[in-house]
Amino acid sequence: MTDSTLIRSLHFLLHILTALLLPPLIPGLINKVKALVAGRKGPPVLQLYYDLAKLARKRAVISRTTTWVFLAGPAAVVAAGLVAALLVPFGHAPAPINFPGDMILFAYLFGLARFATVLSALDTGSSFEGMGAAREVTFSVLTEPALFLGFAALAKASGSLSLSGMLASPGFAISRATGPLILVLAGWMIVFLTENSRIPVDDPNTHLELTMIHEVMVLDHSGRPLALVLYGASLKLLVLGALIVGPLLPRTSHPGLDWAGFYGAMALLAIAVGLVESSTARLRMNRVPQFLVAGLLATAFAFFLLQA
Amino acid sequence: MILLAVCALLAAVSGVPGLWLRTGGGKAAAWLLGLGALAGLAAAALVLGGGAVSQVLPRTPLGTQGFLRLDAIGAWFLLPVLMLSCCGSVFALGYWGDQRESSRRLRLLYGFTAAGMVVLVAAAQALTFLLAWEAMAVGSFFLVTAEDREPATRRAGWIYLAATHSGTLCLFAAFGLMAGDAGFLWQPLAPGFAASQRGTATFLLLLVGFGLKAGIFPLHFWLPGAHAAAPSHVSSLMSGILIKMGILGLVRWLCLVPDPPFWWGALLVALGALSGLLGVAFALAQHDLKRLLAYHSIENIGIILLGLGLGTLGKSTGHPALQLLGFAGALLHVLNHSLFKGLLFLGAGSVLHATGSRDLERMGGLAKTMPFTAGAFLAGSWAICGLPPLNGFVSEWLIYLAAFRGLAFARSTWSVLSLAALAMIGALAAACFAKVYGVVFLGRARSPEAAAALEPPQSMRAPMGVLAGACVAIGAAPALLAPALARAAAATGLAGPADLGALAHLTTLTWIALPLAACAGLLWTWARRGAPARTGLPTWDCGYAADVPRIQYTASSFADGLVSAMRLVLWPQVHWRRVLGLFPSRRGYRSHVPDPVLDRVASPCLELTARALPVLRFLQSGQLPLYLLYILLTLVALLVWMVA
Repeated sequence: MTDSTLIRSLHFLLHILTALLLPPLIPGLINKVKALVAGRKGPPVLQLYYDLAKLARKRAVISRTTTWVFLAGPAAVVAAGLVAALLVPFGHAPAPINFPGDMILFAYLFGLARFATVLSALDTGSSFEGMGAAREVTFSVLTEPALFLGFAALAKASGSLSLSGMLASPGFAISRATGPLILVLAGWMIVFLTENSRIPVDDPNTHLELTMIHEVMVLDHSGRPLALVLYGASLKLLVLGALIVGPLLPRTSHPGLDWAGFYGAMALLAIAVGLVESSTARLRMNRVPQFLVAGLLATAFAFFLLQA
Repeated sequence: MILLAVCALLAAVSGVPGLWLRTGGGKAAAWLLGLGALAGLAAAALVLGGGAVSQVLPRTPLGTQGFLRLDAIGAWFLLPVLMLSCCGSVFALGYWGDQRESSRRLRLLYGFTAAGMVVLVAAAQALTFLLAWEAMAVGSFFLVTAEDREPATRRAGWIYLAATHSGTLCLFAAFGLMAGDAGFLWQPLAPGFAASQRGTATFLLLLVGFGLKAGIFPLHFWLPGAHAAAPSHVSSLMSGILIKMGILGLVRWLCLVPDPPFWWGALLVALGALSGLLGVAFALAQHDLKRLLAYHSIENIGIILLGLGLGTLGKSTGHPALQLLGFAGALLHVLNHSLFKGLLFLGAGSVLHATGSRDLERMGGLAKTMPFTAGAFLAGSWAICGLPPLNGFVSEWLIYLAAFRGLAFARSTWSVLSLAALAMIGALAAACFAKVYGVVFLGRARSPEAAAALEPPQSMRAPMGVLAGACVAIGAAPALLAPALARAAAATGLAGPADLGALAHLTTLTWIALPLAACAGLLWTWARRGAPARTGLPTWDCGYAADVPRIQYTASSFADGLVSAMRLVLWPQVHWRRVLGLFPSRRGYRSHVPDPVLDRVASPCLELTARALPVLRFLQSGQLPLYLLYILLTLVALLVWMVA
């Protein structure tokens, strides 16, 4: 009795520590892979930790056009990301908070983060940031249904209405649901790349404001607000990444192995993203919706396969 | 119980003292309405708290059942009716001063319309329902046309009148079809009625009649014009609660039918998805703040219909969990939409009051000069996008849960359609309100009027504060409302236990909302503290030094990506000329999106009809003997028909 309580609190502790401390490692890993593929040495893997520490001490410049909403954007992004991190299971152990319907809250927390970022961008009155904000909300119209159709397929396959049940369902390995699962994960991979503004939808390293989406919205953030923005973005990589790697993880006999598997899978995901970024060019802006529709169709087909 | 009668009476006479008072008529009206609302809220609380159903008049002289009866569903709808009419009358104190020539008429009819709605929600049979329905419709026609010197207002008013009376005609026909049955007296219909031809005809007629009032696409055509033309506190009342009376009618009907066919639920879900998606799509394309909010009402009616449809599917297939979640979500969304849409229309009224314009492209930077209005409007926008932790999320969450539950059952196509539609509606609504809030309140003023805007007086701020507070309260502690909500939803003829708490973990939402808000607050303070920030500099904007507000992104450009992606549906009209030559002359660009049903279908058709119908004018000679002859002929025809 006390033993299982102890294990559960250990899981809980590990989950929280992972959510708080791991995120900045993922962009570092992606950048390292990109640099190695390009034949460069690249920044250290821990670069984002150093950046965050530096930004937390730096003075911010705040435009006179802005109101309190400007700072509320980054704050809401991180707050929503942290709460979402408590809802999603990391590996096979159930998430610290799980209840029927938590996937709806999960999706809407990202909606909240997006809304706050967009308002924060519009608060500066900058036309570039308005442009990025308009693109962000435009593309979300196709990613949200893809996310929900994926949830629908997984809910149908696993019979559970909670993220922990859906993602950690053991019956996925070899069953009728394997094909649909692959389709869902393919669709969600597109959602993952879009929501995290990676190539081929958006280029985090571009230097041309006219073609950016997410980066252009935070042009005017500096100091601690910028630190929150960067941390929030890496948190999103972790949380949405956990959504994709969860169903793929094989079930092991030991919880320690489960955690190791999760970390390994996240590292593989980061490497995969780095490889995608190194090998493909970004899409032209008017081609992006077609890419997103592909994600939507994949998740919809997954559902109809299960239905048949 | 006498409370409800007191409430209706006080509301009905609230505008009367103002007819004689030179000043202070508005205050008298607000006090009377407020007192009436207290009495009504007490009655509603007694019913929703599980007390006995109240009957004001037990028997009428005709021997039929009493004509007023406040049951759980009526009491649930009574809450927003009273809250909104009360807030609107206080708002009118500052917004529509005693000096305006129409203020007396407006106050009188405002109270009358509110009283009509109080009677309507408590109508115990079809006859009372129709009487109150007409009182509300006619009263609101005069409210819409308060500024009747404007041709646009008159046009909107006539369209509204024509639409609402067409709807009433359908209701007459539908109630006529039920006349011999128990349904006319709001008693449950016999099993099998719904599947019969008469049941189908009744359902379709009621759907058209109530749909015209509720603004279900494509019957919504009167709504944007009327909401934009009416004074803002009237728009708030109309959009917040008057259109919900159509939903009330549908809910009442669905309660009466013990065995709704499957296709009813499917039709409601399909109509809901259509209204929701097209409503928000047309909203995105608007430049007029109040027209935009009106299209959002169509969207939210769509969300409510999705809930009703899922609930009906649950009822027809015998799944109480689906039925409870669907109906509870729809009913909660009725209340929530009243609160945040009422708030948004009052906010739009404040903006209109301060800047004298409804054009989004002339706004900007109002959050600095009108911080209270901006905060309240942000709360409303947050809630209408369904974002946690405000109330809009709770009701959409219940409807989502219903859809997810529906996936497990055999025919799950409609559930997955609702899911996809809800997700897309949510994203589009967030896009639309990011545009509205960003363009109106953030950035810099785009016109001198916007730069000179001032915060409205206390009497206009207080109602916005109350409504925003209610949105936050329901969002933070939805579990408090759960028993009342479950009781109202169970009145739809639930087979299982009405335990909403077991199906939807509403208390968990509270435990998530509080840390979320606390965490965001802490991080905000952390970002603000730290090394002192450099302030007072202009926006960096990649070094664009030209400090002109006109360079900002506009509402049209913000929405352009989505509007042009949906151009096959929206059919935007764009007027522009190509810029040519080295020194081009001044060129303009204009775009607008006319309503597809009104401007492209209804108006041309009606014009054609109006051109063809003068042929029949010889029937109307205006001579009395001829009309007497008509009556005689009709009598003879009836006699022949009865004998034969």
